[in-house]
Amino acid sequence: MSASVLYDAPGPKTRRNSAIASVVGAILIIALIVWAYFILAAPRVSANGAEQPGLFDPSRTDILADPEVWGAFGRGVVNTLRMAGVAAVLAIIVGILFSFGRTAASKWIRIPTSILLEIFRGMPLLLLIFFVFLMFSTGGYWAGVLGLGIYNGAIIGEALRAGISSLPKGQREGGLSIGLTSLQTRFIVEFPQAFRQMLPIILAQLVVLLKDTSLAYVVAYPELSRTIKELQNFYGSRYVFTLFAVGLVIYLVMNVTLSYVARYVAKKSGPKDGATTPDAPKQPGVDGTRAITMPPRGHASYGVDNGSTGGGGY
Amino acid sequence: MDVISNAIDALVDITPLYMQGFLLTLALLGIAGVGAFILGVLIAAMRISPVPSLRVFATVYTEILRNIPLLLVLFFCAFVLPILGVDLDYFLLAALGLTLYTSPFVAEAVRSGFNGVPVGQAEAARSIGMGFTQTVGLVILPQASRMVVPPLINVFIALTKNTSVAGAFFVNELFKATGAASRDHGDLVLLTLVYAAALYLAITIPLGLIAGAIEKKVMVLR
Repeated sequence: MSASVLYDAPGPKTRRNSAIASVVGAILIIALIVWAYFILAAPRVSANGAEQPGLFDPSRTDILADPEVWGAFGRGVVNTLRMAGVAAVLAIIVGILFSFGRTAASKWIRIPTSILLEIFRGMPLLLLIFFVFLMFSTGGYWAGVLGLGIYNGAIIGEALRAGISSLPKGQREGGLSIGLTSLQTRFIVEFPQAFRQMLPIILAQLVVLLKDTSLAYVVAYPELSRTIKELQNFYGSRYVFTLFAVGLVIYLVMNVTLSYVARYVAKKSGPKDGATTPDAPKQPGVDGTRAITMPPRGHASYGVDNGSTGGGGY
Repeated sequence: MDVISNAIDALVDITPLYMQGFLLTLALLGIAGVGAFILGVLIAAMRISPVPSLRVFATVYTEILRNIPLLLVLFFCAFVLPILGVDLDYFLLAALGLTLYTSPFVAEAVRSGFNGVPVGQAEAARSIGMGFTQTVGLVILPQASRMVVPPLINVFIALTKNTSVAGAFFVNELFKATGAASRDHGDLVLLTLVYAAALYLAITIPLGLIAGAIEKKVMVLR
């Protein structure tokens, strides 16, 4: 089975060539890693002639045997997760509020919400956290939580709004015509569908949120990257590389796990084939919008992929 | 009156610092933006290429860089790359870090644009005998490039905001200037913060408006 329509299923010659290319490429990459390893491992002579041990020297890695260090890493991870968890809940609540404000019937609600949303989306998160910290004297933890919650809430709100506006018009009309009020229609009919459709984007944003907790370093909250910095200050800068490498691996494990969970959940409960309503008839060309670069897997795949272009394709 | 004149004094006082920071932020945005665009397009090309090893490499590259906080990427560039013999000043190292961090996002934006082109276009091109290069270069790319612009601009907006992280690595960009100003003018913290926010918004909001306008135009065309 060829995975793409862009080229034929490779024949024996192409397969051989690309196998050779793969092996050569793998050797090159391994060579690069080995080269980096030896450079990093080699003792260095600094400008004043003093020799420093290489980066993998036992004198640089011996703190890894110290349970204190692992305890500190553990506390850093817990602090990171604690902040990310609360901020994620806050972000979803803020996002829902923003999406309702943005789609409100009254322009006295809609326009101020839009302006607020633009401001929160356009400002660096670092500045927002700093702002909350200095203006409301909340302490590091809540400054980080509020900053992350509001910033990501604005982004989630925008995604939800796109989800609501991409629904077929008949959904809202149907709700209103059976006697639901405007607000009830929004809550009972439109919102659940928009949420489900935008779930992949929301989950991806929560992964970003977990990653962005590292920015809480600016308010001295002892999350993982701040922990690395503090351990480095405590044990001396010769451990900087070791601590960095450990932190990197911890972050990678956390984020990759969360992304896979997010992808799994999105696949399980995201928009499905059967979810297309009868009053959204197949448009010409829509059938053809299935992904070019991936094996065609029905509508679910293009719905997910096009979501990031701001609901342009669905 | 006293409050106002005080505020004006402070504004006059911090403006040179902010302008210098603003220019550095713009410079970071320019360098990292161009770099990430080139690198991202290369990665995207690898991801759709017929050679499996390139696809695997591009996927692994994307997964790793997307799952590390920017802070750690910049840390790598500022402190580990010099050990590997990369001899640049902190500004260029920060620009390099931002380039690396942003490139997978560019790649994903480009790829989503490719996926937005109806598959019938590719099938038609292939069925009249075009090869991979011709199909991509003559049929898919011209159509995809239009659809790629709005998400790409969103990536650049994110990059603008991400330049603030470089302040932690000895680059005196706008956020670093904000920190310094808020320390110097402890009584006017709000003013220093709003000033900085306004400067960031002066970059991001126009970019967002451009993205919206292009998106509207493209939607009409399709």
